[in-house]
Amino acid sequence: MSAPVTKTLVLEDIEIELLLEGLYRVHGFDFRDYSRASIKRRILELMRAEQIDTVSAFQARVLHDAACLDRFLLGLSVHATSMFRDPSFYSTFRRKVVPLLKTYPTVQIWIAGCSTGEEVYSLAILLQEERLYEKCRIYATDISQAVLRKARDGIFPLAAMREYTSNYHRAGGAHEFSDYYTASYDNVIFHSALRNNVVFSEHNLATDGSFNEFQVILCRNVMIYFNKDLQARVHNLLYDSLSMFGVFGLGNKESLKFTPRADFYQHLNDNDKLYRKVM
Amino acid sequence: MADEIVVVGTSRGGLKALQALLSGLETGFTLPMVIVQHRGKDLETGLCEYLSRSSNLPVAEPEDKEPILPGHVYLAPRDYHLLIEGASFALSTEPPVGFARPSIDVLFESAADGYGERTIGVILTGTNRDGAQGLATIKAHGGVTVVEDPATAAHREMPDAALARSTPDWVLPLHEIAIRLNKLGNALTV
Repeated sequence: MSAPVTKTLVLEDIEIELLLEGLYRVHGFDFRDYSRASIKRRILELMRAEQIDTVSAFQARVLHDAACLDRFLLGLSVHATSMFRDPSFYSTFRRKVVPLLKTYPTVQIWIAGCSTGEEVYSLAILLQEERLYEKCRIYATDISQAVLRKARDGIFPLAAMREYTSNYHRAGGAHEFSDYYTASYDNVIFHSALRNNVVFSEHNLATDGSFNEFQVILCRNVMIYFNKDLQARVHNLLYDSLSMFGVFGLGNKESLKFTPRADFYQHLNDNDKLYRKVM
Repeated sequence: MADEIVVVGTSRGGLKALQALLSGLETGFTLPMVIVQHRGKDLETGLCEYLSRSSNLPVAEPEDKEPILPGHVYLAPRDYHLLIEGASFALSTEPPVGFARPSIDVLFESAADGYGERTIGVILTGTNRDGAQGLATIKAHGGVTVVEDPATAAHREMPDAALARSTPDWVLPLHEIAIRLNKLGNALTV
């Protein structure tokens, strides 16, 4: 009885492989080593939104229609995150990382996979409050131009501010959070001064190389979308891009445990995924 | 890779229901069990430690790419979707599905995709419709499905929604679900 479903499933998996292979060979976007469970879910969801029934038909559209390709890339790179997500990560950053950064004349920071910029603005606010911002340069990168545009705009829904404000205070923020933005109808726009030292640019962790040496690299909840092979590649890339004793931050449910660089970092504290490169 | 997997979804009333379910599982229960309990995304509630106290099996929140082990209970961490990816877990911060993250549908559909007819899906008490679609997908892939009897569930909306979407193999009162799972576990591993 389950035979027809099984057959469709296998066919769908093959079609998805072909779509990802085509996308790579035609446009150089390499999703072939993305975690298959979530990318499959995304593709099927985007297909429904485009009202297309089969992955093969979707492939034709993505490869021939530039607007559809844009929507596809945007769909794969939008993640719903919050400012000061996991407040304890930021309070630990204040307590343990800020004193280290104060000893450097300049600080290069890479936020790899910045999506729509929530983390960029969170960090910029923190650095400003700690009087570090002026000597920092933040490189915020993502594969999608569309999400980078959003990040650069710094416009977020007003409805989210209640949660962000609560996160901000729990992360050790001592000011009025609303001092950092101006509300307008249903949105807020964050003050452009927070972007003065931020460079937003396109970078693909799956295919591009290192472009600088950094004292801090944050790559939170980005590699969860990659399979183990690609995770290993990116861990090596980030390790190579980090200066000795530089600080590396991961998402709260990510682990160095299953990666090739596990032994090259030291944990900054037990509960948060903040590490220091020691080898 | 474990041969079979049990996935469980619940929202309101789930804490008590999960305590009852976990305390009813035999010590020798050999299947992995993966649970989505809807909960607020802000506070660390200690839910995992709390459930551990009622469970004969180890309960943990998996990290990304953690291997799925038999005889372990896994709780979806707050504010992530939890997916099954072959023999390991994958996490995602994709937008909430039907206001829920973790979403029961996301877990159930990925389990059905990876484990097919070797998936056992369970819907317990709750006040929304999450899980109905995922349970139907498990059923369509030839898996085994169980719904808590709405008549005796703490909140019947979620079981009712599941029953409206597909016909499960069993509709059982809470205390009989652990018994059924023990039997299914034994039958499958013989």
